[in-house]
Amino acid sequence: MNSKTFMYIVKRILLAIFTVWVVITATFFIMHAVPGGPFVGEKATTPAVQAAMEAKYGLDKPVIEQYFTYLGDIVTKFDFGPSLKQRGRMVIDIIADGMQTSLLLGLIAAGISTLFGIVLGSIAALKRNKLIDRIIMVVTTAFVSMPSFIIGSLLLVIFSQVLPANGSTAAGLILPIITLALYPMAYITRLTRSSMLDVLGQDYIRTARAKGVSGRRIIFGHALKNSLIPVLTYLGPMLAYIVTGSLVVEQIFAVPGIGRAFISSITNRDYPMIMGTTIILAVLIVVMNLLTDILYKVVDPRITLE
Amino acid sequence: MNQTKKKFTFHVDLDAFQPASEKEKEYMVKMRPSTTFFKDGVRRLYKNKIAFISFIVICLITIMSIIIPIFWPYSYETQLGVQPGRPVDSSYNNLQPFEYGKTEQKRIEEGENIFPHLFGTDAAGRDYFIRVVYGTRVSLAVGFFASIIVLVIGMLVGSVSGYFGGKVDLIIMRIVDIIYSLPDMLMVILLATVLKMTLTPVIEGTFLEAIGSNIISLFVVFALLYWVSMARLIRGQILSLREQEYVLSAKATGAKGGWIIRKHLIPNCIGIVIISAALQIPSAIFTESYLSFLGLGVNAPMPSLGSLAADALNGIDSYPYRLVIPAIAISLIVLSLNLFGDGLRDAFDPKLNA
Repeated sequence: MNSKTFMYIVKRILLAIFTVWVVITATFFIMHAVPGGPFVGEKATTPAVQAAMEAKYGLDKPVIEQYFTYLGDIVTKFDFGPSLKQRGRMVIDIIADGMQTSLLLGLIAAGISTLFGIVLGSIAALKRNKLIDRIIMVVTTAFVSMPSFIIGSLLLVIFSQVLPANGSTAAGLILPIITLALYPMAYITRLTRSSMLDVLGQDYIRTARAKGVSGRRIIFGHALKNSLIPVLTYLGPMLAYIVTGSLVVEQIFAVPGIGRAFISSITNRDYPMIMGTTIILAVLIVVMNLLTDILYKVVDPRITLE
Repeated sequence: MNQTKKKFTFHVDLDAFQPASEKEKEYMVKMRPSTTFFKDGVRRLYKNKIAFISFIVICLITIMSIIIPIFWPYSYETQLGVQPGRPVDSSYNNLQPFEYGKTEQKRIEEGENIFPHLFGTDAAGRDYFIRVVYGTRVSLAVGFFASIIVLVIGMLVGSVSGYFGGKVDLIIMRIVDIIYSLPDMLMVILLATVLKMTLTPVIEGTFLEAIGSNIISLFVVFALLYWVSMARLIRGQILSLREQEYVLSAKATGAKGGWIIRKHLIPNCIGIVIISAALQIPSAIFTESYLSFLGLGVNAPMPSLGSLAADALNGIDSYPYRLVIPAIAISLIVLSLNLFGDGLRDAFDPKLNA
């Protein structure tokens, strides 16, 4: 690693930290711009009770002071405050609970889509313009133009007799995983196909052929490795897709994950919960993008980044 | 002609040095009608079968979504079972396709012609076909206007940034970097939630109420977050075009600034700009349907394809077609917009496929 790469990584990490700070600040002030406090909608509260509740959660202090307390608690104690609607529970505990299921769901979906995407993309590229290539391209084109909630609901209709639609059991996670995996899989397939075709036209492939290297060695030794670089850059956006996709997918299949907690906190107006979930998910996406960028730079030193 | 086939000789054939007749000249000069960049692009687009078919599909869907509501006997918000001064006739709710409500049955027996409910009715007794048509219209309109907003803001910021350069450029580009690295969907959900609560009392009673707070907040979100890639693109275009040799040569031959902008800069970057604006439409439709699904999209009773699909989830076991129909519509629209956008890119941006 030369000094230029090192400087790039340092710059990139600083930008990521700054982005996280922007997310926390934006989230905080956006949520506090809502007219009326979180307790206004509650029934059967007298102004005195409301004032007492606001005092308890520190909502009576000036906004700036609240902001610094909030920021300080996150940075030093990783504390996002108590949930307003699920009394007696801390936001971070609720998120940690949901995270286990969601992480499992997301990681399996990401793994499946990457694996199948690369295999299908390579097949399509190697059998270019044959029937199998056509079929793969048509199907993937269809999948990238369907929103995930539509894929999920259609799967629910088709397989509701065969597979359990309740996501709280292990078998019930099959459909949500398929739903989440289809779009990235289709995308990776197309990405692999085009970059594989690109690589197969390169001079070094022709040289290898001319030397008499076997077809299999050309594909696995030369072509595949080089054609995977664009796929690597997609890992960050893929995670972002899976995170946001899981919001609706968990809703459709009733998976007890962080996405469902987030949506129900929006409907319940559970402010600390909304802020906490947004920030945690945002940090996850920012970190993943950071890792992708660094990995990309390390794997292919030919690439020059501004 | 036979002379040339004779044996090799040094004799010069003087005929070959005669001035060419007009007819011969015409034969040699292959005249093609002069073509402009635009005409050339249209010709290439026309040749691209897939893009052309997608274009026709988009046009058909758009025209139908505008025309059908004009003459259709039902409206998207009328609950057919609810008549003023009478008890609610629940026989109109959840009709299967081509079924009729009780009073309609009676009128048919009396010999009247009743327009069929092509897709039946929904749980509140509204004609489902017209709701799908209207939802298509709403989704298309949202996509179209959102991409116009993105185009205008991105063009303004991008050209300012590229034109002034220096510190202005540096500051704008750092802001763009940060907005770019924000997780957009999460921010969209957050902003849509907050704006929904904030805007609803503000716009009450004004004409904006008809559009609904959610759609407005969707536009605000697009205006705040989605202009960055457009601005980046336009800035890059202006920066690189400014340094091109043909601009330099135009300057050297004494062309004025206005001429260079009109004849060189705009034609060379308008293609890319229009293409990325066109590709913005399906992504806006996607975002809208996603938000509708989470209950942050259009306000009831106005339908959009996303909210129709979301509503259909409630009765999915008995009425799966209510999900399938908007699902097909949305996929068809997004698919053909994407294919058409790709075709546009191939046709108007020949640099890309070089």
